[in-house]
Amino acid sequence: MARAKKTPVPTASTKRVRLLVATRKGLWTLASDPARNAWKIAGPQFLGHIVHHAMLDPRDGRTLLAAARTGHLGPTVFRSIDNGRTWKEASRPPAFAEGSGRVVDHTFWLTPAHASEPGVWYAGTSPQGLFRSGDAGVTWDGINGFNQHPQRKAWCGGDQDGTPDGPKLHSILVDPRDARHLYIGMSGGGVFESTDGGADWRPLNKGVRADFLPTPNPEYGHDPHCVRFAGGHPDRLYQQNHCGLYRIDRPNDLWEDIGVGMPKAVGSIGLPLVAHPRDPDTLWVFPMDGTSVWPRTSPGGRPAVYRSRDGGRSWKRQDQGLPKAQAWWTVKRQAMTCDARDPTGIYFGTTSGEVWGSRDEGRTFRCLARHLPHIYALESA
Amino acid sequence: MPAQLSPEAAAIVRVRIPSPLRSYTGAAETDVAVPVLAPELPPTLRGVLAALDLGYPGIRFRIIDEQGNVRRHIKVFVGSRLAGDLSTPIPAGAEVMIVAALSGG
Repeated sequence: MARAKKTPVPTASTKRVRLLVATRKGLWTLASDPARNAWKIAGPQFLGHIVHHAMLDPRDGRTLLAAARTGHLGPTVFRSIDNGRTWKEASRPPAFAEGSGRVVDHTFWLTPAHASEPGVWYAGTSPQGLFRSGDAGVTWDGINGFNQHPQRKAWCGGDQDGTPDGPKLHSILVDPRDARHLYIGMSGGGVFESTDGGADWRPLNKGVRADFLPTPNPEYGHDPHCVRFAGGHPDRLYQQNHCGLYRIDRPNDLWEDIGVGMPKAVGSIGLPLVAHPRDPDTLWVFPMDGTSVWPRTSPGGRPAVYRSRDGGRSWKRQDQGLPKAQAWWTVKRQAMTCDARDPTGIYFGTTSGEVWGSRDEGRTFRCLARHLPHIYALESA
Repeated sequence: MPAQLSPEAAAIVRVRIPSPLRSYTGAAETDVAVPVLAPELPPTLRGVLAALDLGYPGIRFRIIDEQGNVRRHIKVFVGSRLAGDLSTPIPAGAEVMIVAALSGG
């Protein structure tokens, strides 16, 4: 396998790291010292809200968006323009068109758009919907090229289908070289690509298994859990799927199975995937038990990160510092991330409310916070 | 209080607010002014919620979805009767009570 060409990306060598910890009961932040040794926790914001995702806008370094709902109330988006000191609610949160019969249950995914489009954001919802804001999250409009695409229902199934917590549109990726070149992932539906800013979409699922469907090689209907660009190399994407791990090198449209090198006892099922910020051959995953009735726990109660340094050909178990047994949590698809430092820090938040971190690319982990609510998303900010 | 119309043109309706929505109103109840188009046409729940949202922007969408239905874990009473939909009339003197139903964990 040819190694991907590396593009130099500047690193923030001594910058403090801040993590946004979105949980089932609110939003917390964890901030490090320059050595990433001591961490301070702050929060909660929005106590009692289910915060599905919180993101910093890297283009201005101060705008934060948080996608929230509560058990009772409808979904909304909160926004801060002062790095989280104060928050205001969006005046028009993502909502489907009146008369469409569709209802946004929650906004699930937030992505700042291209660097050339300040203030533009994308949002993915449950059930599957794609939205755009042109004013840094104050108002949101549906992207009709997706939401009203004549094939959308065929791609996604009904609004009641999908994952246990509702079907989702996630992994909105914007090509750093072309603001109009977008990818999305849908559980279920598969990976789709647009080259015209979302006006039209085509499935990109060749080579990906969909063992839960009756047809052996469907064009769509797959269940990607998390899709990421390779670091510094946006012609390569990695995908953690319900049915294994995959890599694609564009313009090729065939995904290659990179789960075959995982230990059989662990398997290649999981939710999150993190790509190294600079090395396109390095990525991390967090396997979970996808056997029998899908326990969605760490396999055998022994959590571990798996890292590949050769584009997924081989994998190394990284569990130093993690519990050795009887730890039955897992990590959701948005709850694993990295920082921009060198060596890269790897962080994940668990379904049991712990945040774990490594400042040496996964060689050793330690617990940075515990006793938080179920963690839905973790982002470096 | 969001009353903006003259008393002749508007009915004042008291709305009782559940705790999850008091971040908007800052109070357990509020009075809203609902336009009255004709004496024989009582205001509806739709009008009450529109007036509520005028005073407290964003509150309606937390209660009512984009298809105009009351959200799954919310109930709205007009007087002592559960309101079926937004066209429910508001009799003179009746209060509207928004309830966050028992749910979650």
